[in-house]
Amino acid sequence: MPHIRIDRDRCKGCECCVHACPQGILAMSAAINTRGTAYAEVAEPRRCIGCRLCYIACPDLAIEMRFAGTLYCYFAY
Amino acid sequence: MARKLIKGCEAIGEAAVQAGCKLFFGYPITPQTEILEYMSRRLPQVGGTFVQAESEVAASNMIYGAAGTGERAMTASSSPGISLMMEAVSYLAGAELPAVIVNVMRAGPGLGGILPGQADYYQATKGGGHGDYHCLVLAPWSAQEAADLMRDAFDLSDFYRNPVMVLCDGLIGQIMEPVEFHADRPPCQPSAPKTWATTGWRGDRPRAIINSLYLDPEALEKHNQALQAKYDAMARNEVRCAEVGMEAPYELLIVAYGSAARVCATALGALKAQGVAAALCRPITLFPFPYAEVRRAAEQAKAVLVVELSAGQMIEDVRLAVEGRRPIHFLGRQGGMLVMPQDVAEKAAGVARLLLEAVEGNRG
Amino acid sequence: MAETVLFARPRSLEPLDTHYCPGCTHGVVHRLVAELLDELELRERTVGIAPVGCAVLAYNYFATDFQEASHGRAPAVATGVKRARPDLFVVAYQGDGDLASIGLGEIVHCANRGEKVSVVFVNNATYGMTGGQMAPTTLPGQATTTCVEGRDAALAGYPIRMAELLSTLKTPAFIARAAAHTPLHAAHAKAMLRRAFRYQAEGRCFSLVELLSICPTNWGMPPHGAARWLEEHMLPYYPIGVFKTPDGQDRAPLPLDARSVPGRTVA
Repeated sequence: MPHIRIDRDRCKGCECCVHACPQGILAMSAAINTRGTAYAEVAEPRRCIGCRLCYIACPDLAIEMRFAGTLYCYFAY
Repeated sequence: MARKLIKGCEAIGEAAVQAGCKLFFGYPITPQTEILEYMSRRLPQVGGTFVQAESEVAASNMIYGAAGTGERAMTASSSPGISLMMEAVSYLAGAELPAVIVNVMRAGPGLGGILPGQADYYQATKGGGHGDYHCLVLAPWSAQEAADLMRDAFDLSDFYRNPVMVLCDGLIGQIMEPVEFHADRPPCQPSAPKTWATTGWRGDRPRAIINSLYLDPEALEKHNQALQAKYDAMARNEVRCAEVGMEAPYELLIVAYGSAARVCATALGALKAQGVAAALCRPITLFPFPYAEVRRAAEQAKAVLVVELSAGQMIEDVRLAVEGRRPIHFLGRQGGMLVMPQDVAEKAAGVARLLLEAVEGNRG
Repeated sequence: MAETVLFARPRSLEPLDTHYCPGCTHGVVHRLVAELLDELELRERTVGIAPVGCAVLAYNYFATDFQEASHGRAPAVATGVKRARPDLFVVAYQGDGDLASIGLGEIVHCANRGEKVSVVFVNNATYGMTGGQMAPTTLPGQATTTCVEGRDAALAGYPIRMAELLSTLKTPAFIARAAAHTPLHAAHAKAMLRRAFRYQAEGRCFSLVELLSICPTNWGMPPHGAARWLEEHMLPYYPIGVFKTPDGQDRAPLPLDARSVPGRTVA
């Protein structure tokens, strides 16, 4: 079961991950972080398929992916 | 090594190799191309590396990279090519990198001519590149001295972590003279391990970053002050000046460097025969300039004559040294024309006559 | 069941916030390079060469020794480092102005001499650091601060395709172009960078990977819009692919056919 964690204050609000997610489970927050920008958060964690596109897209190392059990890698990285 | 009849350019190259320089990056330009050609043959013999770069701009940046790894690296060029290197020299000084740059001066400005000149004095000693920095500048007057100073140049460069310029002219570069190489001579300054060099970071020291960028003005001011302290230390410890003919009292002090000094030294004999007591003060370090030595020497004389193969550049430092205490005269040639001993003798005799007339005018 | 952390900060990247704009591809490219330095175990013998451009502070971000080069001269500095210490792994990181404008002579000769260094060329069709001026890679019709009506090919010529240009040199090299504006492209870019780094690690040849990138701030678009613009405008002009490999064919011209030369009689 993959589990995405986004560091709220590392996020610069670029929204690259939101657009990268094929499941559309990421969204920008209503609140702002200490940088003064809205940040990405996982709106629907249960539909994450662990494709890794979000953290590959993130320019700021704000996204961490953890998983328990087997992970299917859909492409080489 | 026994005495060898060798061209000035090649003596420079051989001395560099014997000083442990394993890397030469350069571009052909008259009258120093023989340095390239010599190094291209000689460096492979000692396991060194020779690269003919695509331009002087590239060559000067290549020595930056090589020097950053802690290896002894050098380049050579002549006036127009040295102009191209000025940005890199500023970067070398700002990043505190050791490197030796040889300028075999030719007549300028612009493309100029291929015969000797001394009109790069300002460029060498006052900057040339941007910012508050200096190269330590050494000016030999013979192939022998060029070889000796090349050795010192590498030692001084490493010791101060600063670029050193060896300022010759085309005459010294092209002349063939007997030279003795003193490879076993101890270094003029000790060398320290280069822990600042980029050799790969394994966590056993701080990361080595070769850099001259300081966006914070306070940090940049501190850095500049440290550089100035370095130049002050050079001024205290590295000044070199030679004297010819000062054993007897003299009334005319001639100040010249490089090939011009050699011509003046020859002229001293003719002047003595004419009854003009003259002596020669020959700065060897042009930066740091021997202000105190020149002032002391000038005070023993009634007048000073500066001789340069230019419109007069070192004369300004002589004026600073003398501080108006003695009249200063000038003899110069440009365009690659050489000053001849008889020209110096004639000019010196003229100055002596002026002095005599002034004395008689005062009496009358 | 215990959780495994799949993604961690590469050891070759310092734990610092970068100054790059939100969405800037430099962040992705830095991470790709750092991940490879870790994976290929090159970190401890890497010397990076930083450009003048947005990545001028790259020496702060990578946990390796670094040299800051003057504008455009990174390939010459890299040459100096590699010739002095061939055992070091040398990566020059450059942008449009640094590599394709002022540094055009240096990159061509570095590649032509076959210096065994790797060059990461970030192409975002503009000069980012100085506020968005026209670059040699700016597309015709693209507006920048020094061509506000859009680049006019009649006045400024066409953009330079660096990967193609360098691929015409005879000296063996690995020259490729990839993009990093979307994660799938970035995964491919990482594969190209891996090949490039491997060639240097094996002591084989010069390598360069051109990475099409976005500059949201100076293009005046949000990152996602900028990624779309790149797809629509840059990909057609700057095709992705491998342009040269060290084992590849020489691109010598074909022999002249006497019959096709006007005025000549057939022998």
